[in-house]
Amino acid sequence: MASSHGTPPVFNNKVISWIDHRLPIFSYIEKEYHTFPTPRNFNYFWNFGAIATVMLVLMIATGIVLATNYTPHVLMAFDAVERIDRDVPQGWLIRDLHMNGASFFFIAVYIHIFRGMYYGSYKAPRELLWILGVVIFLLMMATAFMGYVLPWGQMSFWGATVITNLFSAIPVVGESIVIWLWGGFAVDNPTLNRFFALHYLLPFIIVAVVALHVVALHVHGSNNPTGIDPKGPQDTVPFHPYYTMKDGFGVMVFLIVFAAFVFFAPDYLGHPDNYIPADPLVTPAHIVPEWYFLPFYAILRAIPDKLGGVLAMFGAIAVLFILPWLDTSRVRSCTFRPIYKWFMMFLVVDVIVLGICGSKPAEGFWVPLSQLATLYYFAHFLVLLPILGKIERPLPLPPSIADAVLKKKAV
Amino acid sequence: MRKPFARNLLVSGAIALAAFATGTVAIAAGGTEPPPARKWHFQGPFGTYDRASAQRGFQVYQEVCAACHSLSLVAYRNLTDLGLTENQVKGLIKDITVSDLNDDGAPVDRPARPADRFKKPFPNLAAAAAANNGKAPPDLSVIVKARQYGPDFIYGILTGYVPYDKLTPEQIKEFDVKKDDNFNKYFPGHKIAMAPPLSDDKVTYADGTKATLDQQAADVTEFLAWASEPHMEDRKRTGVRVILFLLALAGLMYAVKRTVWADKH
Repeated sequence: MASSHGTPPVFNNKVISWIDHRLPIFSYIEKEYHTFPTPRNFNYFWNFGAIATVMLVLMIATGIVLATNYTPHVLMAFDAVERIDRDVPQGWLIRDLHMNGASFFFIAVYIHIFRGMYYGSYKAPRELLWILGVVIFLLMMATAFMGYVLPWGQMSFWGATVITNLFSAIPVVGESIVIWLWGGFAVDNPTLNRFFALHYLLPFIIVAVVALHVVALHVHGSNNPTGIDPKGPQDTVPFHPYYTMKDGFGVMVFLIVFAAFVFFAPDYLGHPDNYIPADPLVTPAHIVPEWYFLPFYAILRAIPDKLGGVLAMFGAIAVLFILPWLDTSRVRSCTFRPIYKWFMMFLVVDVIVLGICGSKPAEGFWVPLSQLATLYYFAHFLVLLPILGKIERPLPLPPSIADAVLKKKAV
Repeated sequence: MRKPFARNLLVSGAIALAAFATGTVAIAAGGTEPPPARKWHFQGPFGTYDRASAQRGFQVYQEVCAACHSLSLVAYRNLTDLGLTENQVKGLIKDITVSDLNDDGAPVDRPARPADRFKKPFPNLAAAAAANNGKAPPDLSVIVKARQYGPDFIYGILTGYVPYDKLTPEQIKEFDVKKDDNFNKYFPGHKIAMAPPLSDDKVTYADGTKATLDQQAADVTEFLAWASEPHMEDRKRTGVRVILFLLALAGLMYAVKRTVWADKH
């Protein structure tokens, strides 16, 4: 429906009109961000796409400034970051924004993913939209991992050692791949250099995939909390000003929480060991990744076999790619799925449990707990989802979005 | 030729991986009690550094810690942040000489300038390690940020020594403490290479404050907290303004959103 709405807009400004006749960027903005018909019943979960976009722009802007002041050399990187903190005017602000921005980008994206799963936004005809989203998530993980290596603290170095070593689990060629990744026989200067280059490159690839994500979104328009398609103009509002203003409000609220961390607890989400310069001869007592990787880290460690652990960790993300085909229910929104709704909530609990397991040393009862949580994670996608769609009896769907909105209002 | 070397590294990496996967390198694990939480002047959203305390702490660093620990990221000029005047800083460093090259490229010793970073006690890490039983004392520039419990840990270490004759037989047995070992309540594993650095009246404070062990430990921790994050006050001040601005803007956006949506709900 996005492709069929409205007639080409008329611009009063001659310059805009002249440009638009040759390069229709203004028509595009008008069509896709102004008159674009959007379901009228979004809740605040629908803010997080816009919030994630704001965070991506913030990360690139602060990242470029940081890169102009950083030195990717094993002997200088740690001090370079500290000099940004101490000697570059407002350098501390740029660095605190960037370092906490990564965490808050992940917070926004995790909520965005949850929203997509809870309201069935991945189902036909939005499978590719969802898959592009998972690609963005993967690229973000790679970017964040390489970014964490750049300050060249103890966790940077040992995190890089552990994660690159995962590839040595690949049979036959694994060891060669690891040496190729390192650019030498250990995590060293060539590794830091290439991580810096890739950390600078990947965000722009993320921007490109985000563009595809938005293009795919605008083909069939957004899903909505009822999961039913808009049936006419009474079900939608123009994107601007309705959602530009609502997103603007949501972004502000999110930024307040973000600012609270940046200005009053900038190191809260980090690990103190990363303020110790990298030392290849001293292994930290516990090597832990950044908090946003902890659930996947727990899955990696839950499997007692190295290759098995690596496969399970990547499998935990791979399973998201096929999510649209694992879910056999024809109802999108969890609002109308009385059983699945609770399993979806329980999956959130399960991922949080995995995150806690990932932050603890792999000993004692954390080991069986993370194994149980890993088992449940995969069972959710591979067993529960396909079966529930067949046996669950969904609640009756409202006849239209407008109907659902007005009825809610009447209650 | 290089293959065995590469293999060794891969194997050690794999061992590291397996080790953390099973938690067997949990050196610091076990029952070291956390240091008691103290009240610091720089805590909280409006906390600032206690200038007088930090200045005394600088004296403790300079007269005691600096014998072994470098503070390589801090420059003498930074001391003006603690309330010293430029002339006072110049006075403080007038007896310090640093190595440099002259215009002919020959190594010379010259008087320290305010722009110089704190002089290191040892010319390099190897020399520092050689003079300290094989392990270089850590640089203190970001030490408060680099330890769990931050300032409480630093204060805890400085005040947490227990003499050998005060240890219980169980402690001696459990941690294998020898007569010459330094036992510290708050150090992971308890046995610490550093001998107790502070004791009552180790320094004589210029401002007349009584130099008890606790006082010196608290002062030097205040100083090191500042050294770890000299811009902290600026950060908090900026934060208050940013959050007030965002709150106002969020309120405004909410009003706009309500107005825009008035006819739709």
